[in-house]
Amino acid sequence: MVEFFFQAIGIAVIFLLGCVGETLTEKSGHLNLGIPGIMCVGAAGGILGVVVANNANGFLSILLAVIFAAVFAAIAGGIYAFLTVTLRCNQNVTGLALTIFGNGFSSVFINNIIKIEGDSGHGAMLSEAGNKFFLAHLPFSDLLGWFGKIFLGHGVLIYVAIAIAVVAAIVLRFTRIGLNLRAVGESPATADAAGINVTAYKYSFILIGSAIAGLGGMLYVMQLMHGIVGAELAGTVEGIGWLCVALVIFTLWKPALAILGSFIFGALYIFPSFLNVFFPDATFTFAQLKLFPLIPYVATIIVLVVTSIIGNKENQAPAALGLSYFREDR
Amino acid sequence: MHQLELKNITKTFGSVVANNNVSLTLDQGEILSLLGENGCGKTTLMNMIAGIYYPDSGSILINGEEVSIHSPIDAFKYGIGMIHQHFKLVDVFSATENIVLGYKDQEKFNIKKAAAKVKEIADKYGFIIDPRKKIYDMSVSEKQTVEIVKVLYRGANILILDEPTAVLTPQETKKLFDVLRKMKEDGKSIIIITHKLNEVMEISDRVAVLRKGEYIGSVNSKETTESQLTEMMVGKKIELNIERTEPKGCVDRLIVNNLTTIKEDGLLGVDHVSFTARSGEILGIAGIAGSGQKELLEAIAGLAKIKEGSLDYIEPHSGEWVDLCSKNPRQIRDLGVRLAFVPEDRLGMGLVGNMDLVDNVMLRSYEKGRPVILDRKTPGKLTDQIVKDLEVVTDSVHTPVRRLSGGNVQKVLVGREIASVPKVLMAAYPVRGLDINSSYLIYNLLNKEKETGSAVIFVGEDLDVLLALSDRLLVLNGGKVTGIVDARTVTKEEVGLLMTKTVESTVEE
Repeated sequence: MVEFFFQAIGIAVIFLLGCVGETLTEKSGHLNLGIPGIMCVGAAGGILGVVVANNANGFLSILLAVIFAAVFAAIAGGIYAFLTVTLRCNQNVTGLALTIFGNGFSSVFINNIIKIEGDSGHGAMLSEAGNKFFLAHLPFSDLLGWFGKIFLGHGVLIYVAIAIAVVAAIVLRFTRIGLNLRAVGESPATADAAGINVTAYKYSFILIGSAIAGLGGMLYVMQLMHGIVGAELAGTVEGIGWLCVALVIFTLWKPALAILGSFIFGALYIFPSFLNVFFPDATFTFAQLKLFPLIPYVATIIVLVVTSIIGNKENQAPAALGLSYFREDR
Repeated sequence: MHQLELKNITKTFGSVVANNNVSLTLDQGEILSLLGENGCGKTTLMNMIAGIYYPDSGSILINGEEVSIHSPIDAFKYGIGMIHQHFKLVDVFSATENIVLGYKDQEKFNIKKAAAKVKEIADKYGFIIDPRKKIYDMSVSEKQTVEIVKVLYRGANILILDEPTAVLTPQETKKLFDVLRKMKEDGKSIIIITHKLNEVMEISDRVAVLRKGEYIGSVNSKETTESQLTEMMVGKKIELNIERTEPKGCVDRLIVNNLTTIKEDGLLGVDHVSFTARSGEILGIAGIAGSGQKELLEAIAGLAKIKEGSLDYIEPHSGEWVDLCSKNPRQIRDLGVRLAFVPEDRLGMGLVGNMDLVDNVMLRSYEKGRPVILDRKTPGKLTDQIVKDLEVVTDSVHTPVRRLSGGNVQKVLVGREIASVPKVLMAAYPVRGLDINSSYLIYNLLNKEKETGSAVIFVGEDLDVLLALSDRLLVLNGGKVTGIVDARTVTKEEVGLLMTKTVESTVEE
């Protein structure tokens, strides 16, 4: 049981980062379906960061992984921003293309890093960094029983992720920047007339959102997989990315709710691996096992249906989501 | 020294001159009405003060100092705030959030403090506003209040209101005017754009009149009369060289009786409208934009919700009365009642931009011809005919309509409706944005239709054209008929007065 909650939190923060990143992007009126691809690129960047740090010390490894992941992801987000904000391309098409690109890019990139410079050197270095630095936790947490394990037993980045979500929630809700951003996503023409630089806000938050989501991808490799780079890495991260996009809807575009929502998604995501813990006597067929990963999507559809029926405007997507803004249209 | 002075302002859009050499002054503590017909450049002129447009030439002086206003932010810097006709508000935000949006004061962002300040401003001028109420829960007049408070919150001394009463009930208008008077006592200067003469006389100290982009003059409200203002507004009649034949063989074709329709937002579209359209004559419909012209035509075409009244079409051969209220739009069309409506963006209603000319012509006849595989030959021939007759400039009939210039798009639209040999042809703004030659081509088409015995209903913007082309003229104001007059004998001033006349509940026949 303790292990279940511990692992659920481990995967939940990845959902959380992806979801907060996508939420910030969508609040600027841009539906970035490239988030799964951007998370893949973030994972690639994180790996490069760890390799560059060369396991000299833990702080440097983590710092460089964060910086590289964020910058890589922001560059990918920048492609999306340039195409959709400046060139006003269709957001869905651009995003989907970016996801395909990100998936392929990260596969090629990661394989090259690990293989080019010797056969096994980097793979071992990554897994050492993952275990030694990224999973390092407070020494006394082991003494506090289940509480210590579940809440204090994680690597430092887990807490950074939650802090990012809290900060995002506060910024959106209580600051002038948040008010302006929401106005841009709801009605860019109104924001423009009020003197807000619509383009700057869109670019900023697409880049920031992408960077945050990119951290999620990095966290998957270095934290959840303990730095072990598998062949199916990009595919798995992309799958998680799609769940993040669904999670945005599930949490009604609210980063504070996302903390709770991501935990639910995380628990559902790992639930199939813990079936023998919860149901020691039951046996499941292969087909039945394949049904469990569908639950998050079903939950999202139910949330969509319920919020649509209630029809409260505050729980809907930003009004201008997916629409390009032409100033001349006013 | 004037608080605001415009000197020789000129603004053009492409080849269209919106404002030509306009000079205007505004003194502190004054309410100035800006009066003029549609498209005379009132809003454009005000937009230049508010920083939405930038004048091509001329200068703007504030308290005697020349300023250059490039954006709404600049305008606010000089204490100018404009309340647009279309509100710029974020629906899911509260009143306060909308008011502080984009405003950078030196203080820390605190929505509670802002709400208190909003309340303070509201109390000072007698607004009724709930700072926490969301925009989507508000009525139109509440939204307008938010817009006005927004401007005051930013410390505006010069307020520009673009047709503020167009969306208000008489009671709400009265409240608004009370507030405006309080602002005036407080030393604010106000420019109000309107074309309701009674309001002009009631609220303003001075009236400035624009006509076709030019400044005609200004008079003190106390020293003028409604008829003098009307004359300034519409000007002397201009003789146009439009052929007008005597109507022949007129019989009643369409009888509208006490028609009342409801718009989507629940307001009345047209209000107890009665008239008869006769074959072989052109019935012009005049009125300020948004007086119910569109709603009336849509009702006849079967596109509007009819609350009460009747619409009867008389079959030309049998003389049988057909009740149009009970028919759907296609049945009405099949009877020969055709609508060619040119909306402001020219494409929105009637044509599909990405389809070519032939396909667009086919939209009117697709249900005819072969059952499964479309017959493109017959419409193709018809399209060739339209292109030839109306001198449509296009590479081929297979060019997407959106690539045609505005005038050619309109020719296709009107030509298609005429090609179907309608019994009743309704043409709304068919010459919108067209050059002189194309306009005359359309006028001649309408005349030809009239001579072949159609009942033509023509909605136009230009009074001179309406007077020169129509046989009879129906004037609408606020969804009501203010008069049906003989276009041959009526004067322009008389029509102008009818256009701005407010009619109380019942309409005289």
